[in-house]
Amino acid sequence: MEAIFLAFILMLSIFLGFELISKVPATLHTPLMSGANAVSGITMVGALLSAGNANEISTVLGCLAVIFATVNVVGGYMVTNRMLAMFKKKDAAKSTGGKA
Amino acid sequence: MSLELINVGYIVAAVLFIFGLKMLGSPATAVRGNWLSAWAMLIAVVVTLLDKSIVSYEWIIVGVLIGTVIGAVAAQKVQMTAMPEMVALFNGSGGLSSLLVGWAALHDGGDSLFILITVALSILIGGMTFSGSLIAYGKLAEVMTSRAIVFSAQRLVNALILVGIVVSAVLFCMDPATDSIWLYVLVGLSLLFGVMAVIPIGGADMPVVISLLNSYSGLAACAAGFAINNNILIVAGSLVGAAGIILTNIMCKAMNRSLANVLFSGFGAVKTATKVEGEVKPITAEDAFLILESAASVTFVPGYGMAVAQAQHVVRELGELLEANGAEVTYAIHPVAGRMPGHMNVLLAEANVPYDQLVEMDDINPRMNNIDVAVVIGANDVVNPAARNDENSPIYGMPIINVDHARTVFVLKRSMASGFSGVDNPLFFGENTRMLFGDAKQSIANLVAEFKS
Repeated sequence: MEAIFLAFILMLSIFLGFELISKVPATLHTPLMSGANAVSGITMVGALLSAGNANEISTVLGCLAVIFATVNVVGGYMVTNRMLAMFKKKDAAKSTGGKA
Repeated sequence: MSLELINVGYIVAAVLFIFGLKMLGSPATAVRGNWLSAWAMLIAVVVTLLDKSIVSYEWIIVGVLIGTVIGAVAAQKVQMTAMPEMVALFNGSGGLSSLLVGWAALHDGGDSLFILITVALSILIGGMTFSGSLIAYGKLAEVMTSRAIVFSAQRLVNALILVGIVVSAVLFCMDPATDSIWLYVLVGLSLLFGVMAVIPIGGADMPVVISLLNSYSGLAACAAGFAINNNILIVAGSLVGAAGIILTNIMCKAMNRSLANVLFSGFGAVKTATKVEGEVKPITAEDAFLILESAASVTFVPGYGMAVAQAQHVVRELGELLEANGAEVTYAIHPVAGRMPGHMNVLLAEANVPYDQLVEMDDINPRMNNIDVAVVIGANDVVNPAARNDENSPIYGMPIINVDHARTVFVLKRSMASGFSGVDNPLFFGENTRMLFGDAKQSIANLVAEFKS
Protein backbone atom coordinates (compact mmCIF):
# COMPACT_ATOMS: atom_id res chain seq x y z
CA MET A 1 0.00 0.00 0.00
CA GLU A 2 2.93 2.30 0.79
CA ALA A 3 4.16 1.91 -2.79
CA ILE A 4 0.76 2.86 -4.19
CA PHE A 5 0.62 5.89 -1.92
CA LEU A 6 4.05 7.08 -3.12
CA ALA A 7 3.14 6.42 -6.75
CA PHE A 8 0.05 8.56 -6.24
CA ILE A 9 2.20 11.46 -5.03
CA LEU A 10 4.52 10.94 -8.00
CA MET A 11 1.67 11.05 -10.50
CA LEU A 12 0.16 14.24 -9.06
CA SER A 13 3.53 16.04 -8.84
CA ILE A 14 4.38 15.28 -12.44
CA PHE A 15 1.08 16.74 -13.63
CA LEU A 16 1.63 19.75 -11.38
CA GLY A 17 5.14 20.20 -12.81
CA PHE A 18 3.82 20.23 -16.38
CA GLU A 19 1.22 22.84 -15.47
CA LEU A 20 3.73 25.04 -13.64
CA ILE A 21 6.45 25.16 -16.26
CA SER A 22 4.59 25.05 -19.55
CA LYS A 23 4.28 28.82 -19.98
CA VAL A 24 7.81 30.01 -19.24
CA PRO A 25 9.09 32.56 -21.81
CA ALA A 26 12.19 31.64 -23.82
CA THR A 27 14.17 34.43 -22.13
CA LEU A 28 14.10 32.52 -18.87
CA HIS A 29 14.87 29.03 -20.14
CA THR A 30 18.46 28.97 -18.86
CA PRO A 31 17.67 30.24 -15.34
CA LEU A 32 14.66 27.92 -15.20
CA MET A 33 16.88 25.02 -16.08
CA SER A 34 19.60 25.84 -13.57
CA GLY A 35 16.97 26.63 -10.93
CA ALA A 36 15.22 23.32 -11.53
CA ASN A 37 18.63 21.70 -11.48
CA ALA A 38 19.21 23.08 -7.98
CA VAL A 39 15.85 21.65 -6.89
CA SER A 40 16.96 18.21 -8.05
CA GLY A 41 19.63 18.53 -5.36
CA ILE A 42 16.76 17.62 -2.98
CA THR A 43 18.42 14.22 -3.00
CA MET A 44 20.56 15.91 -0.32
CA VAL A 45 17.81 15.05 2.16
CA GLY A 46 18.37 11.38 1.44
CA ALA A 47 22.12 11.88 1.58
CA LEU A 48 21.90 13.45 5.05
CA LEU A 49 19.87 10.53 6.38
CA SER A 50 22.45 8.07 5.05
CA ALA A 51 25.47 10.04 6.23
CA GLY A 52 24.14 10.34 9.78
CA ASN A 53 23.27 6.67 9.93
CA ALA A 54 24.87 4.20 12.36
CA ASN A 55 25.87 1.84 9.54
CA GLU A 56 29.47 2.53 8.50
CA ILE A 57 29.28 1.83 4.77
CA SER A 58 26.09 3.82 4.57
CA THR A 59 27.88 6.72 6.30
CA VAL A 60 30.69 6.71 3.75
CA LEU A 61 28.32 6.52 0.77
CA GLY A 62 26.08 9.11 2.41
CA CYS A 63 28.95 11.50 3.07
CA LEU A 64 29.99 11.36 -0.59
CA ALA A 65 26.36 11.86 -1.58
CA VAL A 66 26.15 14.89 0.73
CA ILE A 67 29.19 16.46 -0.98
CA PHE A 68 27.80 16.03 -4.49
CA ALA A 69 24.26 17.04 -3.56
CA THR A 70 25.54 20.17 -1.80
CA VAL A 71 27.57 21.15 -4.87
CA ASN A 72 24.37 20.79 -6.88
CA VAL A 73 22.23 22.77 -4.42
CA VAL A 74 24.60 25.61 -3.50
CA GLY A 75 26.08 25.98 -6.98
CA GLY A 76 22.69 25.73 -8.67
CA TYR A 77 20.95 28.39 -6.58
CA MET A 78 23.90 30.78 -6.63
CA VAL A 79 24.45 30.61 -10.36
CA THR A 80 20.72 31.03 -11.01
CA ASN A 81 20.65 34.06 -8.76
CA ARG A 82 23.68 35.50 -10.56
CA MET A 83 22.00 35.07 -13.94
CA LEU A 84 18.64 36.45 -12.87
CA ALA A 85 20.28 39.55 -11.42
CA MET A 86 21.38 40.40 -14.98
CA PHE A 87 17.90 40.44 -16.49
CA LYS A 88 16.70 44.02 -16.55
CA LYS A 89 13.88 45.93 -18.16
CA LYS A 90 14.73 48.73 -20.53
CA ASP A 91 14.66 51.67 -18.08
CA ALA A 92 16.52 49.78 -15.39
CA ALA A 93 19.24 48.75 -17.81
CA LYS A 94 19.70 52.32 -18.96
CA SER A 95 19.94 53.81 -15.49
CA THR A 96 22.67 51.41 -14.35
CA GLY A 97 24.60 52.05 -17.54
CA GLY A 98 26.50 49.49 -19.55
CA LYS A 99 29.46 47.67 -18.15
CA ALA A 100 31.44 46.27 -21.03
CA MET B 1 11.50 15.53 16.23
CA SER B 2 8.73 13.15 15.37
CA LEU B 3 8.22 11.83 11.88
CA GLU B 4 4.93 13.72 11.67
CA LEU B 5 6.55 17.06 12.38
CA ILE B 6 9.31 16.37 9.86
CA ASN B 7 6.69 15.65 7.24
CA VAL B 8 4.89 18.88 8.09
CA GLY B 9 8.19 20.60 7.35
CA TYR B 10 8.33 18.76 4.04
CA ILE B 11 4.84 19.97 3.17
CA VAL B 12 5.92 23.57 3.76
CA ALA B 13 9.02 22.95 1.62
CA ALA B 14 6.91 21.43 -1.16
CA VAL B 15 4.59 24.46 -1.20
CA LEU B 16 7.57 26.82 -1.42
CA PHE B 17 9.16 24.75 -4.20
CA ILE B 18 5.93 24.96 -6.18
CA PHE B 19 5.57 28.72 -5.75
CA GLY B 20 9.28 29.17 -6.44
CA LEU B 21 9.10 27.34 -9.76
CA LYS B 22 5.91 29.17 -10.68
CA MET B 23 7.59 32.54 -10.05
CA LEU B 24 10.61 31.53 -12.13
CA GLY B 25 8.23 31.77 -15.08
CA SER B 26 8.20 35.57 -15.28
CA PRO B 27 11.19 37.95 -15.41
CA ALA B 28 9.59 40.25 -12.83
CA THR B 29 9.26 37.57 -10.13
CA ALA B 30 12.04 35.17 -11.06
CA VAL B 31 14.60 36.40 -8.52
CA ARG B 32 12.12 35.98 -5.66
CA GLY B 33 11.09 32.61 -7.06
CA ASN B 34 14.64 31.37 -6.90
CA TRP B 35 14.95 32.57 -3.31
CA LEU B 36 11.69 30.85 -2.31
CA SER B 37 12.96 27.66 -3.81
CA ALA B 38 16.26 28.02 -1.93
CA TRP B 39 14.36 28.57 1.33
CA ALA B 40 12.36 25.45 0.59
CA MET B 41 15.59 23.51 0.25
CA LEU B 42 16.90 24.92 3.51
CA ILE B 43 13.72 23.99 5.37
CA ALA B 44 13.80 20.47 3.94
CA VAL B 45 17.44 20.06 4.98
CA VAL B 46 16.98 21.49 8.49
CA VAL B 47 13.95 19.39 9.41
CA THR B 48 15.76 16.33 8.07
CA LEU B 49 18.71 17.01 10.38
CA LEU B 50 16.28 16.72 13.32
CA ASP B 51 15.42 13.16 12.36
CA LYS B 52 16.24 10.83 15.25
CA SER B 53 17.73 8.22 12.92
CA ILE B 54 20.68 10.57 12.47
CA VAL B 55 23.12 9.63 15.21
CA SER B 56 26.25 11.48 14.18
CA TYR B 57 26.77 14.82 12.51
CA GLU B 58 30.50 15.03 11.88
CA TRP B 59 30.43 13.44 8.41
CA ILE B 60 27.43 15.52 7.49
CA ILE B 61 29.24 18.72 8.45
CA VAL B 62 32.36 17.69 6.53
CA GLY B 63 30.31 16.84 3.44
CA VAL B 64 28.25 20.03 3.53
CA LEU B 65 31.34 22.19 3.97
CA ILE B 66 33.22 20.61 1.08
CA GLY B 67 30.17 20.73 -1.18
CA THR B 68 29.37 24.34 -0.30
CA VAL B 69 32.89 25.53 -1.06
CA ILE B 70 33.03 23.72 -4.42
CA GLY B 71 29.54 24.82 -5.44
CA ALA B 72 29.96 28.44 -4.34
CA VAL B 73 33.34 28.90 -5.99
CA ALA B 74 32.15 27.31 -9.23
CA ALA B 75 29.00 29.45 -9.30
CA GLN B 76 30.95 32.66 -8.75
CA LYS B 77 33.78 31.96 -11.15
CA VAL B 78 31.91 30.58 -14.15
CA GLN B 79 31.76 32.74 -17.28
CA MET B 80 28.29 33.25 -18.71
CA THR B 81 29.47 31.75 -21.99
CA ALA B 82 30.42 28.58 -20.10
CA MET B 83 27.00 28.24 -18.48
CA PRO B 84 25.99 25.10 -20.42
CA GLU B 85 29.08 23.29 -19.16
CA MET B 86 28.37 24.40 -15.60
CA VAL B 87 24.76 23.22 -15.70
CA ALA B 88 25.94 19.89 -17.13
CA LEU B 89 28.38 19.42 -14.24
CA PHE B 90 25.82 20.36 -11.57
CA ASN B 91 23.40 17.94 -13.20
CA GLY B 92 25.94 15.14 -13.10
CA SER B 93 26.68 15.95 -9.47
CA GLY B 94 23.02 15.58 -8.54
CA GLY B 95 22.77 12.33 -10.49
CA LEU B 96 25.78 10.84 -8.74
CA SER B 97 24.36 11.84 -5.38
CA SER B 98 21.10 10.01 -6.16
CA LEU B 99 23.04 6.93 -7.19
CA LEU B 100 24.90 6.98 -3.84
CA VAL B 101 21.70 7.57 -1.86
CA GLY B 102 20.11 4.57 -3.56
CA TRP B 103 23.16 2.47 -2.86
CA ALA B 104 23.31 3.52 0.79
CA ALA B 105 19.60 2.70 1.18
CA LEU B 106 20.59 -0.90 0.60
CA HIS B 107 22.67 -0.84 3.77
CA ASP B 108 20.25 0.79 6.13
CA GLY B 109 16.90 0.18 4.47
CA GLY B 110 14.95 -3.04 4.35
CA ASP B 111 15.26 -5.59 1.59
CA SER B 112 11.68 -5.83 0.41
CA LEU B 113 11.36 -6.35 -3.33
CA PHE B 114 9.92 -2.86 -3.72
CA ILE B 115 12.95 -1.22 -2.10
CA LEU B 116 15.34 -3.37 -4.15
CA ILE B 117 13.69 -2.38 -7.40
CA THR B 118 13.76 1.31 -6.52
CA VAL B 119 17.40 1.03 -5.42
CA ALA B 120 18.23 -0.50 -8.80
CA LEU B 121 16.29 2.30 -10.52
CA SER B 122 18.07 5.08 -8.65
CA ILE B 123 21.42 3.50 -9.46
CA LEU B 124 20.47 3.22 -13.13
CA ILE B 125 19.02 6.72 -13.59
CA GLY B 126 21.54 8.41 -11.29
CA GLY B 127 24.45 6.61 -12.94
CA MET B 128 23.47 7.44 -16.49
CA THR B 129 22.73 11.06 -15.52
CA PHE B 130 26.20 11.32 -14.04
CA SER B 131 28.22 9.80 -16.87
CA GLY B 132 25.98 11.32 -19.55
CA SER B 133 26.46 14.77 -18.04
CA LEU B 134 30.22 14.31 -17.94
CA ILE B 135 30.23 13.47 -21.65
CA ALA B 136 27.96 16.44 -22.35
CA TYR B 137 30.42 18.59 -20.39
CA GLY B 138 33.33 17.19 -22.41
CA LYS B 139 31.56 18.01 -25.66
CA LEU B 140 30.53 21.51 -24.58
CA ALA B 141 33.92 22.42 -23.17
CA GLU B 142 35.48 20.84 -26.26
CA VAL B 143 37.66 18.64 -24.12
CA MET B 144 36.52 15.96 -26.56
CA THR B 145 35.18 16.20 -30.08
CA SER B 146 31.78 17.84 -30.15
CA ARG B 147 30.76 15.90 -33.25
CA ALA B 148 28.58 12.81 -33.10
CA ILE B 149 30.64 9.71 -32.40
CA VAL B 150 29.29 6.75 -34.30
CA PHE B 151 30.66 3.31 -35.03
CA SER B 152 29.26 0.25 -36.70
CA ALA B 153 27.09 -2.07 -34.59
CA GLN B 154 26.44 0.80 -32.18
CA ARG B 155 22.79 -0.13 -31.88
CA LEU B 156 23.69 -3.74 -31.15
CA VAL B 157 26.18 -2.71 -28.47
CA ASN B 158 23.61 -0.42 -26.84
CA ALA B 159 20.96 -3.12 -26.94
CA LEU B 160 23.38 -5.54 -25.27
CA ILE B 161 24.15 -3.00 -22.54
CA LEU B 162 20.42 -2.54 -21.93
CA VAL B 163 19.89 -6.29 -21.72
CA GLY B 164 22.86 -6.48 -19.34
CA ILE B 165 21.30 -3.79 -17.14
CA VAL B 166 17.97 -5.60 -16.94
CA VAL B 167 19.61 -8.98 -16.28
CA SER B 168 21.94 -7.70 -13.57
CA ALA B 169 19.08 -5.79 -11.92
CA VAL B 170 16.91 -8.92 -11.87
CA LEU B 171 19.72 -11.11 -10.54
CA PHE B 172 20.48 -8.51 -7.89
CA CYS B 173 16.86 -8.35 -6.77
CA MET B 174 16.67 -12.15 -6.56
CA ASP B 175 19.75 -12.43 -4.37
CA PRO B 176 20.08 -9.10 -2.59
CA ALA B 177 23.43 -9.12 -0.80
CA THR B 178 24.92 -5.70 -0.06
CA ASP B 179 28.14 -6.84 -1.71
CA SER B 180 26.41 -8.64 -4.56
CA ILE B 181 28.57 -8.78 -7.69
CA TRP B 182 25.45 -7.88 -9.68
CA LEU B 183 25.19 -4.60 -7.83
CA TYR B 184 28.62 -3.57 -9.09
CA VAL B 185 27.82 -4.81 -12.59
CA LEU B 186 24.67 -2.70 -12.50
CA VAL B 187 26.58 0.42 -11.43
CA GLY B 188 29.20 -0.12 -14.15
CA LEU B 189 26.66 -0.76 -16.91
CA SER B 190 24.56 2.27 -15.91
CA LEU B 191 27.60 4.51 -16.17
CA LEU B 192 28.52 2.96 -19.51
CA PHE B 193 24.97 3.43 -20.78
CA GLY B 194 25.05 7.15 -19.97
CA VAL B 195 28.24 7.50 -22.01
CA MET B 196 26.83 5.53 -24.94
CA ALA B 197 23.60 7.54 -24.91
CA VAL B 198 25.32 10.91 -25.27
CA ILE B 199 28.31 10.25 -27.57
CA PRO B 200 26.23 9.85 -30.77
CA ILE B 201 24.67 13.30 -30.30
CA GLY B 202 26.27 16.21 -32.15
CA GLY B 203 27.14 19.56 -30.61
CA ALA B 204 24.29 21.42 -32.31
CA ASP B 205 21.78 19.13 -30.58
CA MET B 206 23.19 19.88 -27.13
CA PRO B 207 20.22 22.02 -25.98
CA VAL B 208 18.06 18.91 -26.19
CA VAL B 209 20.55 16.73 -24.33
CA ILE B 210 21.07 19.23 -21.52
CA SER B 211 17.32 19.52 -21.01
CA LEU B 212 16.91 15.78 -21.04
CA LEU B 213 19.72 15.20 -18.54
CA ASN B 214 18.12 17.86 -16.35
CA SER B 215 14.94 15.84 -16.41
CA TYR B 216 16.86 12.64 -15.58
CA SER B 217 18.51 14.23 -12.55
CA GLY B 218 15.02 14.97 -11.21
CA LEU B 219 13.82 11.46 -11.93
CA ALA B 220 16.93 10.07 -10.22
CA ALA B 221 16.04 12.02 -7.07
CA CYS B 222 12.51 10.65 -7.44
CA ALA B 223 13.74 7.06 -7.60
CA ALA B 224 15.94 7.66 -4.56
CA GLY B 225 12.86 9.03 -2.81
CA PHE B 226 11.06 5.74 -3.43
CA ALA B 227 14.08 3.80 -2.17
CA ILE B 228 14.18 5.64 1.16
CA ASN B 229 10.43 6.20 1.34
CA ASN B 230 10.62 9.98 1.39
CA ASN B 231 7.86 12.25 0.06
CA ILE B 232 9.79 15.45 -0.52
CA LEU B 233 12.30 13.71 -2.79
CA ILE B 234 9.46 12.39 -4.90
CA VAL B 235 7.62 15.72 -5.11
CA ALA B 236 10.66 17.91 -5.85
CA GLY B 237 12.26 15.29 -8.11
CA SER B 238 9.18 14.89 -10.26
CA LEU B 239 8.72 18.66 -10.58
CA VAL B 240 12.23 18.83 -12.02
CA GLY B 241 11.57 15.78 -14.17
CA ALA B 242 8.51 17.49 -15.65
CA ALA B 243 10.36 20.79 -16.18
CA GLY B 244 13.15 19.02 -18.03
CA ILE B 245 10.70 17.14 -20.26
CA ILE B 246 8.91 20.36 -21.18
CA LEU B 247 12.16 22.11 -22.13
CA THR B 248 13.27 19.06 -24.09
CA ASN B 249 10.01 19.15 -25.97
CA ILE B 250 10.33 22.89 -26.74
CA MET B 251 13.86 22.34 -28.07
CA CYS B 252 12.77 19.42 -30.25
CA LYS B 253 9.88 21.43 -31.68
CA ALA B 254 12.24 24.31 -32.46
CA MET B 255 14.24 21.91 -34.60
CA ASN B 256 11.20 20.19 -36.08
CA ARG B 257 12.49 16.85 -34.91
CA SER B 258 11.24 14.15 -32.61
CA LEU B 259 13.16 13.31 -29.47
CA ALA B 260 13.89 9.88 -30.92
CA ASN B 261 15.34 11.52 -34.01
CA VAL B 262 17.68 13.69 -31.93
CA LEU B 263 18.79 10.80 -29.73
CA PHE B 264 19.31 8.27 -32.49
CA SER B 265 19.87 10.27 -35.66
CA GLY B 266 23.63 9.89 -35.28
CA PHE B 267 23.05 6.27 -36.25
CA GLY B 268 21.05 6.88 -39.39
CA ALA B 269 22.26 7.86 -42.82
CA VAL B 270 22.84 11.59 -43.04
CA LYS B 271 21.20 13.34 -45.95
CA THR B 272 23.39 15.70 -47.89
CA ALA B 273 22.02 19.08 -48.78
CA THR B 274 21.90 20.26 -52.33
CA LYS B 275 25.11 22.18 -52.87
CA VAL B 276 24.34 25.76 -53.56
CA GLU B 277 26.64 27.68 -55.79
CA GLY B 278 26.91 31.38 -56.07
CA GLU B 279 28.99 34.34 -55.40
CA VAL B 280 29.34 35.91 -51.99
CA LYS B 281 29.34 39.67 -51.81
CA PRO B 282 31.77 40.90 -49.17
CA ILE B 283 31.32 44.30 -47.59
CA THR B 284 33.71 46.56 -45.73
CA ALA B 285 33.03 48.05 -42.31
CA GLU B 286 32.76 51.54 -43.83
CA ASP B 287 30.05 50.49 -46.31
CA ALA B 288 28.23 48.50 -43.65
CA PHE B 289 28.27 51.58 -41.44
CA LEU B 290 26.68 53.71 -44.17
CA ILE B 291 23.83 51.25 -44.56
CA LEU B 292 23.34 50.91 -40.80
CA GLU B 293 23.38 54.66 -40.34
CA SER B 294 20.41 55.12 -42.66
CA ALA B 295 18.48 52.11 -41.30
CA ALA B 296 15.25 52.73 -39.39
CA SER B 297 15.05 49.21 -37.98
CA VAL B 298 17.86 46.80 -37.19
CA THR B 299 17.62 43.32 -35.76
CA PHE B 300 20.55 41.32 -34.45
CA VAL B 301 20.42 37.54 -34.78
CA PRO B 302 23.00 35.98 -32.45
CA GLY B 303 24.21 32.39 -32.45
CA TYR B 304 26.80 30.28 -30.70
CA GLY B 305 29.54 32.11 -32.63
CA MET B 306 28.74 35.27 -30.69
CA ALA B 307 29.42 33.40 -27.46
CA VAL B 308 32.69 32.02 -28.79
CA ALA B 309 33.85 35.46 -29.94
CA GLN B 310 32.65 37.02 -26.62
CA ALA B 311 31.06 39.69 -28.81
CA GLN B 312 27.93 40.34 -26.70
CA HIS B 313 29.27 43.52 -25.08
CA VAL B 314 30.27 45.24 -28.35
CA VAL B 315 26.96 44.13 -29.86
CA ARG B 316 25.10 45.91 -27.08
CA GLU B 317 27.27 48.98 -27.62
CA LEU B 318 26.47 49.00 -31.33
CA GLY B 319 22.79 48.50 -30.51
CA GLU B 320 22.79 51.56 -28.24
CA LEU B 321 24.53 53.69 -30.88
CA LEU B 322 21.94 52.63 -33.44
CA GLU B 323 19.14 53.50 -31.04
CA ALA B 324 20.71 56.90 -30.38
CA ASN B 325 20.76 57.27 -34.15
CA GLY B 326 16.99 56.78 -34.20
CA ALA B 327 16.76 53.16 -35.31
CA GLU B 328 14.50 50.60 -33.70
CA VAL B 329 16.79 47.85 -32.39
CA THR B 330 15.72 44.30 -31.58
CA TYR B 331 17.49 41.03 -30.91
CA ALA B 332 15.85 38.03 -32.58
CA ILE B 333 16.59 34.82 -30.74
CA HIS B 334 15.99 31.35 -32.05
CA PRO B 335 14.98 28.82 -29.36
CA VAL B 336 17.96 26.56 -30.11
CA ALA B 337 20.56 29.25 -30.74
CA GLY B 338 23.57 28.44 -28.58
CA ARG B 339 24.27 25.31 -26.62
CA MET B 340 21.47 25.33 -24.08
CA PRO B 341 17.89 26.64 -23.93
CA GLY B 342 17.96 30.42 -23.50
CA HIS B 343 21.75 30.61 -23.81
CA MET B 344 21.72 33.77 -25.97
CA ASN B 345 19.27 35.55 -23.68
CA VAL B 346 21.61 35.09 -20.73
CA LEU B 347 24.62 36.36 -22.68
CA LEU B 348 22.79 39.47 -23.87
CA ALA B 349 21.40 40.09 -20.40
CA GLU B 350 24.97 39.89 -19.09
CA ALA B 351 25.91 42.59 -21.60
CA ASN B 352 23.05 44.71 -20.21
CA VAL B 353 20.64 44.34 -23.10
CA PRO B 354 17.17 44.88 -21.60
CA TYR B 355 15.03 41.76 -21.94
CA ASP B 356 12.16 43.64 -23.59
CA GLN B 357 14.39 44.06 -26.67
CA LEU B 358 14.79 40.30 -27.00
CA VAL B 359 12.25 39.01 -29.52
CA GLU B 360 11.25 35.42 -30.10
CA MET B 361 11.32 33.84 -33.54
CA ASP B 362 7.54 33.73 -33.99
CA ASP B 363 7.22 37.43 -33.18
CA ILE B 364 9.98 38.69 -35.46
CA ASN B 365 9.24 36.62 -38.58
CA PRO B 366 5.91 38.27 -39.52
CA ARG B 367 7.55 41.71 -39.51
CA MET B 368 10.85 40.70 -41.06
CA ASN B 369 9.81 42.30 -44.39
CA ASN B 370 9.88 45.68 -42.69
CA ILE B 371 13.29 45.29 -41.10
CA ASP B 372 15.95 47.34 -42.87
CA VAL B 373 19.00 45.44 -41.70
CA ALA B 374 19.32 42.01 -40.11
CA VAL B 375 22.77 41.39 -38.61
CA VAL B 376 23.61 37.70 -38.25
CA ILE B 377 26.34 37.16 -35.66
CA GLY B 378 27.76 33.66 -35.43
CA ALA B 379 24.49 31.96 -36.32
CA ASN B 380 24.16 29.59 -39.26
CA ASP B 381 21.58 26.80 -39.16
CA VAL B 382 18.92 28.92 -37.44
CA VAL B 383 18.90 31.40 -40.36
CA ASN B 384 19.46 28.89 -43.18
CA PRO B 385 16.72 29.24 -45.85
CA ALA B 386 17.48 25.67 -46.97
CA ALA B 387 15.34 24.64 -43.99
CA ARG B 388 12.38 26.08 -45.92
CA ASN B 389 13.30 25.27 -49.50
CA ASP B 390 15.62 22.32 -49.83
CA GLU B 391 13.96 18.99 -49.12
CA ASN B 392 17.35 17.28 -49.17
CA SER B 393 18.73 19.44 -46.40
CA PRO B 394 19.24 17.66 -43.06
CA ILE B 395 17.57 20.61 -41.37
CA TYR B 396 14.61 20.73 -43.81
CA GLY B 397 11.42 21.67 -41.95
CA MET B 398 13.17 23.29 -39.01
CA PRO B 399 11.59 26.69 -38.28
CA ILE B 400 14.13 29.45 -38.87
CA ILE B 401 14.42 33.19 -38.44
CA ASN B 402 13.70 34.48 -41.95
CA VAL B 403 16.52 37.01 -42.13
CA ASP B 404 16.57 36.61 -45.91
CA HIS B 405 13.22 38.48 -45.95
CA ALA B 406 14.82 41.58 -44.46
CA ARG B 407 15.82 44.36 -46.86
CA THR B 408 19.53 43.83 -46.20
CA VAL B 409 21.30 41.03 -44.36
CA PHE B 410 24.79 41.31 -42.91
CA VAL B 411 26.40 37.99 -42.11
CA LEU B 412 29.39 38.18 -39.80
CA LYS B 413 31.62 35.24 -40.46
CA ARG B 414 35.21 34.38 -39.78
CA SER B 415 35.76 32.89 -43.23
CA MET B 416 33.84 30.91 -45.83
CA ALA B 417 33.96 27.57 -43.97
CA SER B 418 30.60 25.87 -43.49
CA GLY B 419 28.92 26.11 -40.10
CA PHE B 420 28.61 23.63 -37.32
CA SER B 421 26.48 21.00 -38.98
CA GLY B 422 28.33 21.38 -42.25
CA VAL B 423 25.17 22.53 -44.01
CA ASP B 424 25.64 24.71 -47.02
CA ASN B 425 23.80 27.90 -46.47
CA PRO B 426 22.18 29.58 -49.50
CA LEU B 427 21.73 32.70 -47.36
CA PHE B 428 25.37 33.57 -48.02
CA PHE B 429 24.63 33.86 -51.74
CA GLY B 430 21.41 35.82 -51.32
CA GLU B 431 20.73 38.86 -53.47
CA ASN B 432 20.43 41.10 -50.40
CA THR B 433 23.18 39.45 -48.33
CA ARG B 434 26.51 41.10 -47.61
CA MET B 435 29.29 39.19 -45.89
CA LEU B 436 31.35 40.97 -43.27
CA PHE B 437 34.36 38.70 -42.89
CA GLY B 438 36.55 38.58 -39.81
CA ASP B 439 36.29 37.96 -36.08
CA ALA B 440 32.75 38.90 -35.00
CA LYS B 441 33.92 40.93 -32.03
CA GLN B 442 36.44 42.85 -34.15
CA SER B 443 33.94 43.46 -36.95
CA ILE B 444 31.36 44.90 -34.58
CA ALA B 445 34.04 46.96 -32.83
CA ASN B 446 34.99 48.41 -36.23
CA LEU B 447 31.36 49.42 -36.81
CA VAL B 448 31.21 51.00 -33.37
CA ALA B 449 34.38 52.93 -34.18
CA GLU B 450 32.83 54.12 -37.46
CA PHE B 451 29.80 55.40 -35.58
CA LYS B 452 31.94 57.25 -33.08
CA SER B 453 34.20 58.90 -35.63
